[in-house]
Amino acid sequence: MEYGNSSVVTTVLPQFVSDHVALEIKNLVVEYRDGVQAVKNISFSVPRQAVTAIIGPSGCGKSTALRALNRMNELMPGTRTTGEVLFHSKNIYDPNVDPVTVRRHIGMVFQKPNPFPKSIYENIAWAARIHGLTDNLDDLVESSLRQAALWDEVKDKLKKSALSLSGGQQQRLCIARSIALKPEIILMDEPTSALDPISTASIENLIHDLKQQYTIIIVTHNMQQAGRISEMTAFMLSGDLVEYAPTNRLFVSPEDERTERYITGRFG
Amino acid sequence: MEYENQFEKSANRTRRHRKDKFFAFSLILPGIIVLAILVLILIMLVAKGVKAFNPDFFLSVQKPFGVEGGGIVNGILGSLLIMAMASLISIPLALIFSVTLIEKKDTRIARLLELCLSSFQGVPSIVFGVIMYSWLVVPLKSYSALSAAIAVSFIMIPTVSATIKEVLLLVPSSYKEAAISLGVPRWKAMTGVIVPSAMPGIKGAVGLGLARIAGETAPLLFTAFGNPFLSLNPSKPVSAMPLIIYDYIKSPYADWHEKAWGTALLLVLMVFALTLSISARQKNAHPR
Ligand SMILES: Nc1ncnc2c1ncn2[C@@H]1O[C@H](COP(=O)(O)OP(=O)(O)OP(=O)(O)O)[C@@H](O)[C@H]1O
Ligand SMILES: [Mg+2]
Repeated sequence: MEYGNSSVVTTVLPQFVSDHVALEIKNLVVEYRDGVQAVKNISFSVPRQAVTAIIGPSGCGKSTALRALNRMNELMPGTRTTGEVLFHSKNIYDPNVDPVTVRRHIGMVFQKPNPFPKSIYENIAWAARIHGLTDNLDDLVESSLRQAALWDEVKDKLKKSALSLSGGQQQRLCIARSIALKPEIILMDEPTSALDPISTASIENLIHDLKQQYTIIIVTHNMQQAGRISEMTAFMLSGDLVEYAPTNRLFVSPEDERTERYITGRFG
Repeated sequence: MEYENQFEKSANRTRRHRKDKFFAFSLILPGIIVLAILVLILIMLVAKGVKAFNPDFFLSVQKPFGVEGGGIVNGILGSLLIMAMASLISIPLALIFSVTLIEKKDTRIARLLELCLSSFQGVPSIVFGVIMYSWLVVPLKSYSALSAAIAVSFIMIPTVSATIKEVLLLVPSSYKEAAISLGVPRWKAMTGVIVPSAMPGIKGAVGLGLARIAGETAPLLFTAFGNPFLSLNPSKPVSAMPLIIYDYIKSPYADWHEKAWGTALLLVLMVFALTLSISARQKNAHPR
């Protein structure tokens, strides 16, 4: 069995050349309003233009950790985040960093496809317009939809409501919407868990293509998926980062006994 | 044994059945009574009011005191003018207030605003008339449509704000998350995604607010004041349908009594039409 296609990354690990690091997470702690530490002091480096997977049992803090990487947790009042997330050697939690700008460069795709109740065209054009990407908006819409492998299916109905698309198409539209802003990093929180196997496969193919240009961090419940698409895998357990390693190594010869128990399915 | 059991069971069942029926009936009864009263009022309105309906009633202005004939077109248009101006004032403010209540949730501003809005809802509407009388009518030395529109806006803004807030809260939070995750400022997420996707509900809220103020009389007494001539000047007194009802029903003339009923019927029909168009639109709004 072969896991991942990570030879390049593997050779430069564990100390990436800093050019190869998209995001460096140091001592990240996230606490919800009730004082529960959902993420407990985790540190790892995310390689550029590769897929990094975060796996772990339900409730272990995967989503919370992922949302900390573009400051989405701040939408929930009362969450407290400490530690550093270095993006271009700048801490995105620095008081003089605007979270709006952070999210402009670090996009997100959610578990449940959430296109806006607007036309397919507007789903992509709306945010692009706000960010001033107004010349050749039609081209931008087309190229984003092409990159998301959705163009052929929707090119004749761009004015139709996005809600008329299937779940898998909606999710690709959400990816296109994110791509249109030319982010550097795309965070994906279980992007296929609400989809059927065929849509899942098409999204996985898409992720494979996207990593030529983007850094992707994906949370997944599905270990086979992590194995298929990622170069690096992080295994989390009750808020801790238990093990972070190249995907093939983590799945074939995990160092931590807890990781081994989890990936062999001998877990709670 | 078996038989006995079964017998007992079925006896129990019929008794229970009867109890159920009685209980259901005692629940339905008040509803039936209310409905009957409502139907009675409607029948009476139609019976007494429809006689007043003729082309003149809808097309000509009021006749002088004691003169038969004429119509209430000045009142119809006056009411529409006041409602239109009240909408211009109330809709933007209600939108701003409801968005503030949501965006600034749990802050001092939001709590203060909430308190103000709910206090305003408890104020008798005549008080708003008195206030506008002393704030606008007295200083400007003239009754005016504008002062009436502001007075009814005091009623419309709190109800519409509260309804729009509820409507906005119904918008799936995933839309907001999606917008925010695209690096869009919060207020743009509000105006560009959340408010537009709540539009059918917002229109409904405005419609209900209009229905609420359409029949208000007290705040108009010393603001709009009434005007037997057709006027659409915001700074001049205007007539309004509730004012005509109020004047005519007090008069000693059978013809005016008939017109008062006719005006009441028309007002009720207009509010009905408004409410029905809202619920029709709500049904047509695309289901999610
Ligand atoms: N809004 C919140 N307020 C308080 N606690 C929360 C909140 N969201 C999540 N938590 C808690 O934080 C912990 C981590 O949650 P998180 O959603 O990050 O887990 P997860 O690994 O993504 O789980 P899943 O695989 O089920 O999505 C859980 O114990 C959860 O109960
Ligand atoms: Mg999750």
